Amino acid sequence: MKGLKLWLPLVAFVAVLGIIASALYRPADRTVYSAMVGKPLPAFETPPLLPGKPGLASAAFHDGKPKLLNIFASWCVPCVAEAPQLMALKAAGVTIEGVAIRDTPQAMRDFLARVGDPYAAIGDDTASAVQLSLGSSGVPESFLIDGNGTILLQHVGDIRADEVPGIVAKLRAAR
Amino acid sequence: MRRAALALSLLAAAPAFADSTLPAAPLANTQLPDPVLEAKAQALMVTLRCLVCQGQSIADSDAEMAGDMRALVRQRIQAGEQPAQIRDWLVARYGDYVTYDPPFSLLTAPLWIAPLALIAIGLWLARACFRRRRR
Repeated sequence: MKGLKLWLPLVAFVAVLGIIASALYRPADRTVYSAMVGKPLPAFETPPLLPGKPGLASAAFHDGKPKLLNIFASWCVPCVAEAPQLMALKAAGVTIEGVAIRDTPQAMRDFLARVGDPYAAIGDDTASAVQLSLGSSGVPESFLIDGNGTILLQHVGDIRADEVPGIVAKLRAAR
Repeated sequence: MRRAALALSLLAAAPAFADSTLPAAPLANTQLPDPVLEAKAQALMVTLRCLVCQGQSIADSDAEMAGDMRALVRQRIQAGEQPAQIRDWLVARYGDYVTYDPPFSLLTAPLWIAPLALIAIGLWLARACFRRRRR
């Protein structure tokens, strides 16, 4: 009994050391996920960024058809990498609605001419207001919205080629 | 030659996740005209986490998104909202992570209780120690 008591502090010390060491070697996930998943899309209305391309309002997500809401920007480098996957999603019949963060019409025109235009609408979000109301913390991010305007899923970062079939399947299942 | 090339390449280096070309939102770097409201906004901003830099408050951060969050806080304070309402609005979107003043919950309970428990154990140890010495 006495011997056990003597070793107890050392055991506790080693246990704390073990916790610290394991936490140091586990890569930390710094991704901030939105707390809005599973909740209704917050109401917003954005003016069009480009002439000839409509702006985006949250009302568009209540027509019974699931959609992909893509938060992006012409100045965002991973958005260029994501563009082919968005084109593939569009080709698979997915409606993609865009919200452009802090962008200008000229820069957006050049961007779309360079990487393709999968967007049904592009809303102009000059002060990240829509982005903040969605709980999004960067570009690009995508939200899967069902036909009733409920957020089903958040995808942080650019959509990779191997993630396209999964997103198509999820949107089909939401129908 | 090599040094010149290095200097040139550093000059040309741009961050991969570049910022936009748009100027900061009107209230991002401008104080509210009413000092009382500005003080209220400032007190809230130092307790909100910048979601880009993550170690800084939005009051400290130079990130564009922090600027947009400052603009949002000042706009809402100016519109007559209470700081607690704005904090709740952000917590509903980003979770408790966005605030540096986390609410008391099952997850944060050890943070608050552990120091008190440690003080209690310390007092108990000290008491036992003094008693032994007196004898």
